Amino acid sequence: MNNFAEAFRGKAFIPFITCGDPDLDTTYRAVLEMAENGADIIELGIPFSDPTAEGPVIQGANIRALSAGTTTDKVFDLVTKIRQTVTIPLVFMTYANVVYSYGADRFMQRCRETGINGIILPDLPYEEREEFSAPAKDNGIALIPLIAPTSADRIAMIAKAARGFIYIVSSLGVTGVRSEITTDIPSIVRVIRENTDVPCAVGFGISTPEQAQKMASVSDGAIVGSAIIRILEKYGKDAPSHIGEYVREMKTAVQK
Amino acid sequence: MTNSKGRFGDHGGQYIPETLMNAVIELEKAYDFYKNDDSFNRELSDLFNSYAGRPSLLYYAQKMTSDLGGAKIYLKREDLNHTGSHKINNVLGQALLAKKMGKTRLIAETGAGQHGVATATAAALFNMECVVFMGEEDTKRQALNVYRMKLLGADVIPVKSGTATLKDAVSEAMREWVSRIDDTHYCLGSVMGPHPFPTMVRDFQAVISRESREQIIKAEGRLPDAVIACVGGGSNAIGSFYHFIPDESVQLIGCEAAGRGIDTFETAATVNTGRKGIFHGMKSYFCQDEYGQIAPVYSISAGLDYPGVGPEHAYLHDIGRAQYVPVTDDEAVDAFEYLSRTEGIIPAIESAHAVAYAKKLAPAMGRDKILLITISGRGDKDCAAIARYRGENIYE
Repeated sequence: MNNFAEAFRGKAFIPFITCGDPDLDTTYRAVLEMAENGADIIELGIPFSDPTAEGPVIQGANIRALSAGTTTDKVFDLVTKIRQTVTIPLVFMTYANVVYSYGADRFMQRCRETGINGIILPDLPYEEREEFSAPAKDNGIALIPLIAPTSADRIAMIAKAARGFIYIVSSLGVTGVRSEITTDIPSIVRVIRENTDVPCAVGFGISTPEQAQKMASVSDGAIVGSAIIRILEKYGKDAPSHIGEYVREMKTAVQK
Repeated sequence: MTNSKGRFGDHGGQYIPETLMNAVIELEKAYDFYKNDDSFNRELSDLFNSYAGRPSLLYYAQKMTSDLGGAKIYLKREDLNHTGSHKINNVLGQALLAKKMGKTRLIAETGAGQHGVATATAAALFNMECVVFMGEEDTKRQALNVYRMKLLGADVIPVKSGTATLKDAVSEAMREWVSRIDDTHYCLGSVMGPHPFPTMVRDFQAVISRESREQIIKAEGRLPDAVIACVGGGSNAIGSFYHFIPDESVQLIGCEAAGRGIDTFETAATVNTGRKGIFHGMKSYFCQDEYGQIAPVYSISAGLDYPGVGPEHAYLHDIGRAQYVPVTDDEAVDAFEYLSRTEGIIPAIESAHAVAYAKKLAPAMGRDKILLITISGRGDKDCAAIARYRGENIYE
């Protein structure tokens, strides 16, 4: 159970959701829908006031979630509730200050207690990871690194130290739906493969089944965030079933 | 004081997306090379002297001194620089460096508009494209500076996200830099953000204390007893302090914007009310809630309206080398009017925070003491806002 290798046995589809947008009950129901419809790993965003790596769509989700009173402790309670039924790996996506403010040790311990398997911190590069990776390791939590189109000679170093999986950032810029992804992903994957057996999935800008299929075909999986937040924007509390349908469609696409 | 990763004690570092890492590493390498390059330094000195109007005056404020009846007061007149503030020191340095690195486009954040104007000015001078991000709220508070930037050929993007002030302008400039790195240099306006910015910007601003230290020794034959400057991110303050840091007899005082008071939520006094955190590329003190959510800070001064402080200031506070005091809106506005009437010098509302604290401190110091205040900028830009604060509606 809760094994990343298991999740990546086929091509993985990894949906993202900001916890508490528009409320934590909707997040709970959406996560169950995601798991039932074939998600292999689920990324849970803990909202942050100033998400500098996000485009307008996920920024909006962060603001709505915080306005609804979402806190780190409430998100941990949500995870406990999700873990009563969902067994696939769950990873947090948040910003360094959310973890630092909570206390990295205490945060990682709560992750272990509630059943979180990994964490993605987009503002924590390789050079600064020690303060977070040490307590993460102590608690069996994978600190999932990001590799960007500009990483170049840094890819090998990052890949060698990677745990869980590697998040390949598809394009320059912030998160958000893109019509086209022009980065040479296969070359990045090649360097990763030379340095580690840890799987890698591509995210940033993916919204259509065609894009997901294409990105998963050159890596081990596809990550989708903004497109799901858009469904939440459109349907609000009624979004979970629509998210379920979307996840099913995307999962089918990546398996092609 | 700094190690290889740009640390000031535990503060500083490089907390930025992987996408930007090679860009900041490249910037660090270029800066490390050019800071010791004679021709670069000659070129920068020429720009300082022939374009920006340096060295800036150290003015003995005789009327203020006799009115307050204590320490002898000197004003370091950064308001007399071209573009009206200390911001030009850093911008000329970074623009010249960016040019050497082959960049053709400068982006910047701005609060009060002074850094935006300085960046737009350097971009015009160096034939570079320029885009300035400014909180929508600030574009209203500082409409004149928006016009100046446009006049200089820059695009001004009003930022609507978050509190629509300086912190959001920084976030948006970072988002823009992540999307366009090849031809673009992010000309950060303060001693903040990821390494090498806090060190590099401090080095460019250190010209303030390099001059003032010589000037005061020439005028008085000795060092001052205290140096006072306002602190938002902290670039004019670190520039004013830097060459006095080894002189332990010199008290260093940074004046933070307390807004409506440090016992209210409407404050921007980071060292006084914040706690350690990680944001905008650095570890330092930030105004934040118990879960690390960055607080919506407030000050009458758009330039000090920032929830963080540069990591070197955080360190100077930790080791007790500098002291950081809160100054309220009311005190700053009083000082704005006081310096205008007493010395015929209209200071920026940011600089007025330093003047306000000096007004309290000087009378408590003996007449044989010397107090040096940095007037970081001129106050023309603030006249309309201060008039409104006093209940008078004037049109710019």
